[in-house]
Amino acid sequence: MSVAKRFVIAMSLCIAVWAASNAWAVIETYEFSSPDLERRYHALSQELRCPKCQNQNIADSNAPIARDLRVVLYEQLEAGATDDEILVFMVARYGEFVRYRPGMDRNTVLLWTAPGLLLGVGALGLLMHFRRRTSESRAGLTDNEKAEIARLLKEPGA
Amino acid sequence: MRRRRPEPLRLQAKKFIPLLAFVVLAGLLFRGLSIDPTELPAARLGQPFPQFSQPELSTGSDISVDALADRPALVNVWATWCYSCRVEHPYLIALAQQGVPIYGLNYKDDAAKARDWLSQLGDPYQLNIVDVEGSVGLDLGVYGAPETYVLDADGVIVHRHVGVLNEEVFQRDFSPWFPLVAAGSAIKADRGIE
Amino acid sequence: MIPELGHVSLIIAFVLAIGLATVPMWGAWRRDIAAMNTAPSLAVGVTVFVAVAFVLLTISFLRDDFSVAVVAANSNSLLPPIFKFSAVWGNHEGSLLLWVLILSGWMTAVAYFSRGLPLVMVSRVLSVMGFVAVGFLAFSLLTSNPFERLLPNTPLDGNDLNPLLQDPGLIIHPPLLYMGYVGLSVPFAFAIAALMGGRLDASWARWSRPWTNVAWGFLSLGIMLGSWWAYYELGWGGWWFWDPVENASFMPWLMGAALVHSLAVTEKRGVFRSWTVLLAIFAFSLSLLGTFLVRSGVLTSVHAFAADPERGLFILIFLALVVGGSLLLYALKAPSVASRVSYGAVSRESLLMVNNLVFTVTTVVVLLGTLFPLIMDAFSLGKYSVGPPYFNAVFVPLMALLMPFMAVGPLSRWREDSTRRWLHELLVPGLGVMAVAILLGFFGKATFNIWIALAVLLAGWVALGVIKDAWRRLTSGVASGLQWRRLSPSFIGMSLAHLGFAGVVLGAVVVTQESEEHDLRMAVGDAEVLGAYRFELQSLGQQAGPNYLADQAVFEVSRDGESIAVLVPEKRRYFASGQIMTEAAIDASLWRDLYIALGEPIGENAWAVRLQYKPMVRWLWLGSLMIGFGALFTVLDRRYRSQAARSAAPQTGAAAVAS
Repeated sequence: MSVAKRFVIAMSLCIAVWAASNAWAVIETYEFSSPDLERRYHALSQELRCPKCQNQNIADSNAPIARDLRVVLYEQLEAGATDDEILVFMVARYGEFVRYRPGMDRNTVLLWTAPGLLLGVGALGLLMHFRRRTSESRAGLTDNEKAEIARLLKEPGA
Repeated sequence: MRRRRPEPLRLQAKKFIPLLAFVVLAGLLFRGLSIDPTELPAARLGQPFPQFSQPELSTGSDISVDALADRPALVNVWATWCYSCRVEHPYLIALAQQGVPIYGLNYKDDAAKARDWLSQLGDPYQLNIVDVEGSVGLDLGVYGAPETYVLDADGVIVHRHVGVLNEEVFQRDFSPWFPLVAAGSAIKADRGIE
Repeated sequence: MIPELGHVSLIIAFVLAIGLATVPMWGAWRRDIAAMNTAPSLAVGVTVFVAVAFVLLTISFLRDDFSVAVVAANSNSLLPPIFKFSAVWGNHEGSLLLWVLILSGWMTAVAYFSRGLPLVMVSRVLSVMGFVAVGFLAFSLLTSNPFERLLPNTPLDGNDLNPLLQDPGLIIHPPLLYMGYVGLSVPFAFAIAALMGGRLDASWARWSRPWTNVAWGFLSLGIMLGSWWAYYELGWGGWWFWDPVENASFMPWLMGAALVHSLAVTEKRGVFRSWTVLLAIFAFSLSLLGTFLVRSGVLTSVHAFAADPERGLFILIFLALVVGGSLLLYALKAPSVASRVSYGAVSRESLLMVNNLVFTVTTVVVLLGTLFPLIMDAFSLGKYSVGPPYFNAVFVPLMALLMPFMAVGPLSRWREDSTRRWLHELLVPGLGVMAVAILLGFFGKATFNIWIALAVLLAGWVALGVIKDAWRRLTSGVASGLQWRRLSPSFIGMSLAHLGFAGVVLGAVVVTQESEEHDLRMAVGDAEVLGAYRFELQSLGQQAGPNYLADQAVFEVSRDGESIAVLVPEKRRYFASGQIMTEAAIDASLWRDLYIALGEPIGENAWAVRLQYKPMVRWLWLGSLMIGFGALFTVLDRRYRSQAARSAAPQTGAAAVAS
């Protein structure tokens, strides 16, 4: 077991004993073998949700499980796993719940296509609205409306 | 000022769309009031217990999944630093006395402390998996102690309970796999025994 | 004694509110002048008694009366007095009382400023607001009584206010936010009153506009404060998390933005009436929905008050009555014939229609994302999470879609315009902006950043539109020289808001793309370079505060050998609760923030430290300030001041008032 790992575990145990308070910045001092890995670590730790917390990603939470998952994330990155492999690993153990960006499946299709669909429907509605307007303004007044106008003009004190 | 004739009500179907959408939303929110958003079902439901090779608490020799042979069984995730585990411990002993096989997963704990704890408070476990680093827990999808998993006759994970295990929870959720025990406790409770 | 007086006061307010909700409304139906005239007095009555209750609760907090349950749960004898004061609304029961207080304040304001309006209209408006007050007062009295006592076992001291909330941010953020949420009940009430009276005309829009602008302005400021507060208080430099409670405040803001624009169109041209009334209903409905989401426990959030499904049910029923009732009214009485006033496909109206569409789509998308986990859970389709990666991916393109239109909009003409004219006005300067954008896309580095270039392009484009519009007004007219008087408060407010929006977009993109952060272990004497800045840890120490003990680290920050700042981040332990808090140290400036936060100590002499460089992050909040103050500023316009005189004249339909 490497020194870093031993250290991290010791810290995890200490924190686990302590009642969780939710107000400190969570700062891990990992040594990354390349800046690209560090960048991916920061990105992925914000994509993964802490399974236990009140809506926090594992980067921001100091719950023991969040800490453990950060360790796992670090180890997997250093071991050469791709982003997808890491996400699959996490989802296999904690479910889709642990991803903040829902993967595309049968259930989430609507979620991802909603913005485009809504815009499209809206744009279509606007187009039809304008088509109808130009044709209406060309048509002029309807017979009903002409009759109404005549009636109003005849009424005294209208 | 002359009073205006009230305008005739001209109903258009499309004007009702927002109301309809709201009714759907309200229904959803009503349903949401009875759901607990923090409850997380085990991702490993329906899968066999994950493979592992870890020492056993009392003997010190390595064991694997095959050691969890007596089924259906409970796997209880616990640790000496976990206050709630202490609260549920007497109930686990009671369950063990009624013949429920319970395996322990000693999660991110000190083995010596765990042994002391059990000798002081009683040992309901058939055996205990020592998981100092939490790797078995990670593979299971554990996110805190105490948790209790149910393994069915084929060694498949069929249920998980997060939090303290007690009479009420057992009767409500665990009876499909331990019907006699659950019924037995119910009869005892009816008769006012214990 | 005092809490009991407060309780009684609240009950009296409740009774008066019932009167307000029913009597003037009945009077409007029956055209009974006396009944209608009770409205302003009843509104003032409700305000007085709610204020008394609020003051008495505050006194309980300030006197450390731990026999009152909320004081015991949220305060402590060691708590500094200013935070004892803000602790009044730092909890569920107290914040509800604040909600009702602000609502009654708005009611009184409406009663006071609407003397020139038709009595029927005003009585209906105040009745609707009274009805909302009844709901909230009932909620408070029946489920969340702030004056509940802990007798006879009075605790000796309280649990203390959550250290996160012991900050000036708490003092102003909720009140400002509530001014916005609650303020949106005014255009809502006007919309309901107009629907009831069957008159959705330009006058209704003109009366609603100042109230809407002020409410929305306050909401903008409230949200901005929340973001800024999170940034410096939470310790990791984030400023928006798409948390359900944040979204609950953002959706009314989005609808409010659409409403502000849509009301302008209805006032000036008499069109968009159905849209506008629906937006007014939606904006306030989303405020109420937000109240539900925060207090019911239906969604998990770091911000939520104690979750209670029973309370949630109460709010849901109230929501159903208010929103369901108003949408039913809309379905029955909204104008079924579109206004006869026509406008071309290329006109200011059509641009603002696009604006309405984009804001509405954005609101629905945010709502869908926020509720998606609940939807999936309700249908047993699994547990999902929707967080910042999703929201950022869908929100940013939608806002980007708006911005090209934002420059053209103010320049465009009502009714009929031509794209050729737009090209003529904007093409050449637009190309200039594009050149600047491409240049700045390099941001002083070798690699080209397309996102920054795009952000500069869109923001610059919007700024260009504002400048062009201002120039056009200054130089138009027969007289020579600059016509400063043509820059009305309306125009200045709008321009400020649009510029602010551009600023926010630019700040958001730059800080997301170009910020740098580094986590590392630092001991006394260590130094680290981040970008052009050098951070050196000079010493470690301790400092005691009124109710905490802090570990401090003294950093010196320098650039090119010259010392820029001394930053002292802290780790505080609060005595009463034992909670640990990070106090980040920030060196702020317009173009960049330098941010240091402490993690845990490593051994005796070292700490885990996070250093951050955040370029242009202040633009986010400065831009939001401009949006908020811009909206508030529009109210000073002359046309709103002379409303009394104007309403004496016969109210016509589409009064084309020159801006």
